Amino acid sequence: MPCGADMGGTVSGDTVTAVAEAEPARRRIESRLTAGDRVYRTLATAGAGATLVLIVLIGLFLLIKAMPALREAGWSFITTKEWSPDAEKPRFGVAAMMFGTLISATVAMAVTFPVSVSTAVFINEYAPRRLRRPLTSLIDLMAAIPSLIFAMWGLFVLVPFLLPLEQWAVDRFGWLPFMKAAAIGASLSNAGLVVSLMTIPIATSIIREVLSQVPRHECEGALALGATRWGMIRTVVLPFGRGGIIGGTMLGLGRALGETLAATLVLSLTFEIKPRVLENGGITVASALAVQFKDAQKMGLSALMAAGLALFVVTFAINLLAAFVVSRSRSGAGVDA
Amino acid sequence: MNNTDPASTRPLPPGPPLPPEQPGTAHTATGQPGPAAPGGGTLTATQVSAWFGSNKVLEGVDLDMDAGQVTALIGPSGCGKSTFLRILNRMHELVPTASLAGSVLLDGEDIYGRTLRVTQVRRHIGMVFQKPNPFPAMSIADNVAAGLKLTGTKAANRSELIEESLRRAGLWNEVKGRLRDAAGGLSGGQQQRLCIARSLTVRPDVLLMDEPCSALDPTSTRRIEETIDELRGQVTIVIVTHNMQQAQRVSQRCAFFLAAENEPGRIVESGPTTTIFESPKDSRTSDYVHGRFG
Ligand SMILES: Nc1ncnc2c1ncn2[C@@H]1O[C@H](COP(=O)(O)OP(=O)(O)OP(=O)(O)O)[C@@H](O)[C@H]1O
Ligand SMILES: [Mg+2]
Repeated sequence: MPCGADMGGTVSGDTVTAVAEAEPARRRIESRLTAGDRVYRTLATAGAGATLVLIVLIGLFLLIKAMPALREAGWSFITTKEWSPDAEKPRFGVAAMMFGTLISATVAMAVTFPVSVSTAVFINEYAPRRLRRPLTSLIDLMAAIPSLIFAMWGLFVLVPFLLPLEQWAVDRFGWLPFMKAAAIGASLSNAGLVVSLMTIPIATSIIREVLSQVPRHECEGALALGATRWGMIRTVVLPFGRGGIIGGTMLGLGRALGETLAATLVLSLTFEIKPRVLENGGITVASALAVQFKDAQKMGLSALMAAGLALFVVTFAINLLAAFVVSRSRSGAGVDA
Repeated sequence: MNNTDPASTRPLPPGPPLPPEQPGTAHTATGQPGPAAPGGGTLTATQVSAWFGSNKVLEGVDLDMDAGQVTALIGPSGCGKSTFLRILNRMHELVPTASLAGSVLLDGEDIYGRTLRVTQVRRHIGMVFQKPNPFPAMSIADNVAAGLKLTGTKAANRSELIEESLRRAGLWNEVKGRLRDAAGGLSGGQQQRLCIARSLTVRPDVLLMDEPCSALDPTSTRRIEETIDELRGQVTIVIVTHNMQQAQRVSQRCAFFLAAENEPGRIVESGPTTTIFESPKDSRTSDYVHGRFG
């Protein structure tokens, strides 16, 4: 470490007799790496560097390809909901798809978060001991199932199953503006629910893993005070796992934002902003890209690249925010007892 | 279940007056019986045996732990002292393979019986662990009050209770200015006293301590011994210790555990501390307390 003038505070408080020369020169601490360490350090640095470079390259690629469309549309790219980039007078923008993406991801997360946290807690703390490993494997296995399978199951089983419930909700609460619906079943909220089928396993898997690291002696401390199991979970397990809970949910959110199949199969795709989340129609960025690609002409392709760039930026921003939140929350913080 | 529950009708003993935090003035004499009407509960262990899986680690342990007295459990490593202690407040059953036989009575009531819930047992029989285990990111004050919240006890005078517990644990003067700081920032000895304070807030009848000073410096150890001394007469204390001087300093009664090779642990001898240390009946006890083995 270089002898910095800002490294004060280590000199004795004896200011009367302390003279400048009396302070010993601080040693530069050298640690020579072994050959093996050096190789690993090089590999690790290269790996991390490559990832960063790749992300930047992808961003640049999207930006360059999107440039013509962005020039053409200008700021209206953000506010326009129509999508006819290859028309005589091109009009296109991400407003509808971005709205749909955020709504379906929000619905997915609203389901994923409580379900994954409680499933993880159940497996770790409540399930009979001999069921823990099978259940854990089952969740991990589900995280590996291709999203097409979930999307089809959602389309053919979950959505029809939910229809009566949604009809009831619309009849009962239709006086609320966002609960009105003319036709139901192919809505943004259903798309979000199907997405949650894909995000729940991965979020649960991560959260369970993190919660299983909770220090057992702190749990015993709570139990020894006469806590119920739930009391212990609330004061020790959940605060300890907060970072992991946020991280796992965010990973699920990342997947939800980019999820293509669920919306493509479930939604009746329309380029409109649908605040009536139970009503048919709406679109997401990923599903728009999927269905528009093969017919796109020159400007259309560039416009799709621009939409991809927008999704890239939003996903990136959300993950940065999550990283910020996680780094600011310490395990165990924020419980009052 | 609530209505038939005798323990829930047991009133909280009124808090003792705040002892002045002057070490050694309140009770200086150890080895003497406590006040005339001692507080705390009486624990009676009868024919307690314990297993981990098929491995029997304790056999036929009988021990009376009198109200308001300090009972020390001594013996070489691995003879089952911690296991026995954890049986006394039903922490033993948290180990998946653990099982036990025999009975433990708190004031005549079987703590493993149907009438008592496990949470009530642990609320009445508190525990301080070998390794300090405060909730690290919780504030000092919240740590002390954690037991109230966890047991659903309403306390109008929360801050007074916190101060009282911290005083009784001999920690008040050191932390009174930083009650809102995280407990993880305290030193090891302070954390251990915080854990003692935390277990006192719910006013247990019995306090179990498993080598509470083993990770502490002599000063913190002395503070904790003073704390134990001040608690005597108010709370029944059972303490595991490897320190013979400590056992002699703090305890009125003493039980010597021993496990022969490949055999479960048993109590070789128990009785008044002075007898165990000065005129033990069993030669193995004499050897152990004089440091000749173990
Ligand atoms: N969780 C466990 N699973 C299996 N065996 C255990 C477990 N805990 C303790 N044992 C065994 O039970 C026996 C008694 O252990 P215990 O911890 O009660 O000893 P101890 O007297 O407290 O020792 P020490 O003085 O070293 O703390 C030991 O042989 C130990 O190996
Ligand atoms: Mg032990």
